[in-house]
Amino acid sequence: MIAVSKRLDGWRLRYRFRQLLRHTNHQLTRRFQMLQAVAGVALMTGGCGIRYSPTLNPKGPIAEVERELLMNAFMIMLIVVIPVFVLTFWFAWHYREGNKKATYAPDWSYSWKIDSITWIVPALIVVSLGLHVWVYTHLLDPYRKLNVEAKPLEVSVVAQDWKWLFLYPEQNIASVNQLVFPKGVPLNLRITSDTVLNSFFIPALGGQIFAMAGMRTELKLLADEPGQFMGKNTQYSGRGFSDQHFQAIATTPEEFEDWVAKVRRSPNKLDGASYAKLAKPTIAHPVTYYSGFAADLFDQIIQKYGSCDDCPGTGTSQ
Amino acid sequence: MLGRLSIDALPLYSWVAMTGAFVTIAGALSVLGLVTWMGKWRYLWTEWLTSVDHKRIGIMYVVLALVMLMRGFIDALMMRSQQAIALNSEGYLPPDHFDQIFSSHGTIMVIFMAMPFLTGLINIVVPQQIGARDVAFPFLNSLSFWLTAGGAGLVLVSLVIGKFSTAGWTGYPPYSGIDYNPYVGVDYWVWSLVLSGVASTLTGINFIVTILKMRAPGMTLMRMPLMTWTALCASLLMAFAFPALTVAGGMLELDRLFGMHFFTNDAGGNIMMFANLLWIWGHPEVYILILPAFGVFSHVVTTFSGKRLFGYASLVYATIAIMILSFSVWLHHFFTMGSSANVNAFFGIATMIIAVPTGVKVFDWIFTMYRGRIRFHTSMLFTLGFLVTFVIGGVSGVLLAVPPVDFLMHNTTFLVAHFHNMLIPGALFGYFAGFQFWFPKAFGFRLDERWGNRSFWCWIIGFYLAFMPLYYLGFMGMPRRMEHYSVADWQPHLIVAAAGAALILVGIILMIVQLVVSVRRRDELRDLAGDPWNGRTLEWLTSSPPAPYNFAVIPEVRGLDAFHELKERGVAYVRPDHYEDIRMPKNTACGLLIGGCAFVFGFAMVWHLWWLAVISVLAGLVVVVFRGSQDETEYTMSAQEVEAIENARYEQLAKAPRPEFDEEEEVIPGAPLRGGVM
Repeated sequence: MIAVSKRLDGWRLRYRFRQLLRHTNHQLTRRFQMLQAVAGVALMTGGCGIRYSPTLNPKGPIAEVERELLMNAFMIMLIVVIPVFVLTFWFAWHYREGNKKATYAPDWSYSWKIDSITWIVPALIVVSLGLHVWVYTHLLDPYRKLNVEAKPLEVSVVAQDWKWLFLYPEQNIASVNQLVFPKGVPLNLRITSDTVLNSFFIPALGGQIFAMAGMRTELKLLADEPGQFMGKNTQYSGRGFSDQHFQAIATTPEEFEDWVAKVRRSPNKLDGASYAKLAKPTIAHPVTYYSGFAADLFDQIIQKYGSCDDCPGTGTSQ
Repeated sequence: MLGRLSIDALPLYSWVAMTGAFVTIAGALSVLGLVTWMGKWRYLWTEWLTSVDHKRIGIMYVVLALVMLMRGFIDALMMRSQQAIALNSEGYLPPDHFDQIFSSHGTIMVIFMAMPFLTGLINIVVPQQIGARDVAFPFLNSLSFWLTAGGAGLVLVSLVIGKFSTAGWTGYPPYSGIDYNPYVGVDYWVWSLVLSGVASTLTGINFIVTILKMRAPGMTLMRMPLMTWTALCASLLMAFAFPALTVAGGMLELDRLFGMHFFTNDAGGNIMMFANLLWIWGHPEVYILILPAFGVFSHVVTTFSGKRLFGYASLVYATIAIMILSFSVWLHHFFTMGSSANVNAFFGIATMIIAVPTGVKVFDWIFTMYRGRIRFHTSMLFTLGFLVTFVIGGVSGVLLAVPPVDFLMHNTTFLVAHFHNMLIPGALFGYFAGFQFWFPKAFGFRLDERWGNRSFWCWIIGFYLAFMPLYYLGFMGMPRRMEHYSVADWQPHLIVAAAGAALILVGIILMIVQLVVSVRRRDELRDLAGDPWNGRTLEWLTSSPPAPYNFAVIPEVRGLDAFHELKERGVAYVRPDHYEDIRMPKNTACGLLIGGCAFVFGFAMVWHLWWLAVISVLAGLVVVVFRGSQDETEYTMSAQEVEAIENARYEQLAKAPRPEFDEEEEVIPGAPLRGGVM
């Protein structure tokens, strides 16, 4: 399986996978939309729920493959689920006490055929799902570099109480609670926390990863099209947790340059004193720009908790 | 002198918390008042509080579980109602109170509702099922109960004095560390967990020994009833998993009290080590909760299908497989930690493998119904509800076991929906089924079925209404534990979920109605034979409620479904020609006293009342030494006494009506005595 995943690297596998599943997926999505519409009417959401479901309506290839994987695994499991539903209701009804026509076999308790099927079929399903797990866990490893022509944008992310700080080392700018990046360009995030455990998540673009003080995790994301997405911390972190979200904005390359220029005009700079001030707990911190920061700020934030070479995430990326 | 304790500890910070404190105090006072008014203190003390009888202890466990279920459910109602209204508003619960509520809800429901409930059922049923007179260590059993009650007491006291933890039921550091949470909440959480952790370890040991050493002659391992098998596996898990929790809690407390750096951000601490230790307990814990429920379902489905269990051996091997595998999957609770793809894939696949034996079990229960004669008793309805609903939870669980999918779903309400989907239909419905099933065994009369069925429908519909929207909210990216939110599209789903919780409330009220109605109609519902459902295993051979010694003569087991086999041979109710003296354990207050000392110790440690902590430890040690120096811990029940009890039992049996369900059966339980006196 490793060989397979190596041979078909990220992008090609993605398209192959999509070809294979395009049909089922379209049907699935449509069915899901219908289901959603029905449920939505029932729930008085007017059937528009799916537009607001970032996970089912992804805006980037990573979230898309993750979504497809979810749907795929779900379809495979229906092989077990449907018989359970059918048999439970059928047997419970047919063999009810009142139905004297039904066969009654009080001492019947074994059939090697049924027994084998109940072991083998779930086992085969798990083998199939297990192969999916192995391939896609490697393929969608958050540390894995995306195989895209465009030069990635590097951003360092710091979780604070109760806000997110984004450092752009190449541009030497920083922003709080707003992550702006051009579409079609891989986003290489290096993530840490300057407080308790946080979890960094932009549902429309891909999965989440923990932000841990004294440690560094990584996440690769990519947006296919411009748009504004919800980003947040999902790990409860205290009284400001409910307001700890940020704007993730994918732009055209020109808009991104404009934004960088705008941030550069900010009079604020992140030095030791202003960082310490920023790191204090605040709730619903407004979007703030900084036109410069100390080059090693991100490493300093990690190192102030004492280095720990063996800790997960502090080593070089895999 | 008073440590951290001061007037500020009173919940004056919000009217909701004040109400909670008031209700707790009023509840406690009214119970004490009622007992005094009825003049039942002596009875309560001699028959219950100091009892070492496994049936009495089991009933006390279940009572504790039901009380804590009320408390935990009120938390759930508050969370659901808060989230239903908290769109762009603070709702009625401030964040500092909301976080206490979700922390206490989880802690209570897992540790102080589910654990006592299943321990209580095991206590009542398993010794009878294996043909034993008590557990291996009756005093230890009493001690376990009182330690658990002490832990539950700490959680309840935190409502009135101080605050409970705000760190969630998993208490992840560093948020639960002294730097971010300096007040008493986390200490309450840790000490209540430590007390119940020790209690559960002792319970596990007790039942491992009981089941392995005290089975009736002829009951080989592969003739053990399923409930006994699941109890054995759950006990093994308790004995091996709970120490990890106790140690993790203890280390966290060392961090908090003495500035050690096990789980801090700095000075070499590692916060994820806590997550590892917690879930090395936490995942087996899921199976501790669910395996005994699987045992209950096995008995209910076979009894009410009037048929042998399908694939007994498969069910046993599946149970053992689940027990072993449950130790190899803990990392799936934090795939998002950033470990390598190899590690995540390993744990993902290991998790999925557990789905195989679980699926096998589901099909075995379904095929037990095949060609049966199904009676829809309340417990059978809970079992059917479980079969269908549990599979949905299984699917969402396997989805979460795929690491990249988990990246999308972790910490969202999808996860909340998943584990409630496992634990409500999987575990709680099992306990309810067991409650309805074995209630006549414990109390001598059946529960009213009409009210039970109504309650079931409220529970199952309420469950779907409450948790299916949460699955969908997970797809909409809603994190768990939101005190308020600004996404308008979430609100309709949260309102539906709140309506579901309200329907479950109706279900709980109907359960109380069922109890009241049944108590009032107890003479009609009397179970004279001790076998109200045409049962198949040995617990139905005893009278309802059983004599202190359960079996005057230990039955001999010739196969699976031992009691069914005795009935078929027509020898189930044969009167023995003579009785023998029976050695029984004496009641003792030592368990209660040690549990009380542990409670005071926990309270003292929470508030840094060092003098009180020392006194309570010393007092506890004195009781231990006193108990250890007692030589006479058993008494003899003479053959005459046994004969008197048994004669009364046979008189009652003769009066038992012929049950409707066995028209084709030749052997009629309750009109027995065929073969007469030997």
